[in-house]
Amino acid sequence: MTINQNAANQAAVERYRNNFLKEVEANVEEGHMVKMCMQCGVCAGSCPLGNAWEHSPQKIFMMIRAGKRAEVLGSDSMFMCTSCYNCMVRCPRQLPITHIMHGLANYAHRLGLAPKGQPTRDFATLFWNNAIKRGRVNELMLTLRHYFRGGLVSGIKEAMGMQSIGLGLLLAKRLNPMEIFGGHGVKDLKGFHAIIAKAKEIEDRKKGFTA
Amino acid sequence: MAKKEYAFYPGCSSQLKASASNYLVSTNSMCKTLDIKLTEIPDWNCCGASVGYCEGGELPRIAINARNFAQAETHLPGQDIVATCAACWLSARESQERLDGSAQLLKETNEALAAAGLHYNGGANVRHMVEVLIEDFGYDGLKAPMKKSLEGLKIAGYVGCQTNRPFGIDGESFENPMYLDKMVETLGGEALSKYEQKVTCCGGALAFSEPEKSQKQIRDIVESAYDHGAEMIVTPCPLCQANVEVYQSEINKKQGTKFNMPVVYYSQLMTVAYGGSAKDAALDGQLIRAEKLEKIAGK
Repeated sequence: MTINQNAANQAAVERYRNNFLKEVEANVEEGHMVKMCMQCGVCAGSCPLGNAWEHSPQKIFMMIRAGKRAEVLGSDSMFMCTSCYNCMVRCPRQLPITHIMHGLANYAHRLGLAPKGQPTRDFATLFWNNAIKRGRVNELMLTLRHYFRGGLVSGIKEAMGMQSIGLGLLLAKRLNPMEIFGGHGVKDLKGFHAIIAKAKEIEDRKKGFTA
Repeated sequence: MAKKEYAFYPGCSSQLKASASNYLVSTNSMCKTLDIKLTEIPDWNCCGASVGYCEGGELPRIAINARNFAQAETHLPGQDIVATCAACWLSARESQERLDGSAQLLKETNEALAAAGLHYNGGANVRHMVEVLIEDFGYDGLKAPMKKSLEGLKIAGYVGCQTNRPFGIDGESFENPMYLDKMVETLGGEALSKYEQKVTCCGGALAFSEPEKSQKQIRDIVESAYDHGAEMIVTPCPLCQANVEVYQSEINKKQGTKFNMPVVYYSQLMTVAYGGSAKDAALDGQLIRAEKLEKIAGK
């Protein structure tokens, strides 16, 4: 956790005291819908990664109401979301569950409370930064940075394991080795970055990520 | 003048030499036959995809989608925005609906867009290519230009997640959408409508970060296609296509299976049925060659 994250976290704890539901409603994407959950469990039974997480959305929603702040924001369950939207379309109370899971993951990530080294947290961060750098995804660099995330030795091992797939994609003209030199991007990169910076500034102020 | 014109949002993966370039090539061939004119949104940017949530947050994601809307509104006024990628469509349409529903959000978004001298008035209409085909042309309209039947081809229609949920195609069910099967039948192929993994998640972006968990999903999707006698899988989503095709060799290596199931796009089936060559349909872009489709294309 950085000093800024720590300050933002302390400020949120001070402000909302024991009312974690109120904090979620104010700061988490679609958080105002959490209280609509009636604990039926359809979401829990609909998740393709249902056997991989500790807390189902149903459990997370109850934990929020019970004020289990550290447990919720430290959970890796939200990062198991594949964005398949199955829970969301099946929810009888029409909670936008997928969005709430994304919102909770983002909130925990921004406060520095999300589990360190969680693979999807790391990949998601890598993806966004890659897409934003030039305005369009550089698939080659995304893949390379992902494989080499743990250092050179493990990277070479992982990349070698995927060698035949990489070669196949290359032959099928679906991988561009020249992307190592930057690849495609938007022309008005300056404007694109200015939009993101401004949007981030507004959001950070509203959600208390900046003092 | 073309029969129909749309503001086209091709998305990152469909670009030249990107993972779904075969989708773009075959889409262009298909649109040529149907007399659809696709004009790229000038200087379009990435939608942020689903997995962008973690670092991207809410407003930055909506703002970058609104940048594309603003560009379309200015340069291609009155045209519907059409995406071929499921994730592009989902992110853009989600942004569109949120902006339609909240004046406050639209205000904040325009504050961000102003940093680049742009403005979005609202009222974008974001659609998926499949919606365009079914709603603007209809199955009969899609059948009309056919030159060859896909007769004898047994095809499992793998719809996946994001072209199906949470928006989906109007009038279809989330649990058992029929449009892909209907498209296959329209082209003369045999749709394996009892294929029970048609809306199973392939793992999405977690194919990278959680390979074992995703490969379990992919194994189910491919295995079920074999169980139903499929000769190939067809899908409308570039991530479904890549995940389900690319990781078969990994699964074979780790689990001793012998998967070799081609995974193609609906646009490739249509291009072949419209008399296009294997090259027009970008069948040279498959890792697992769709030989039976190539054979029809070569006839």
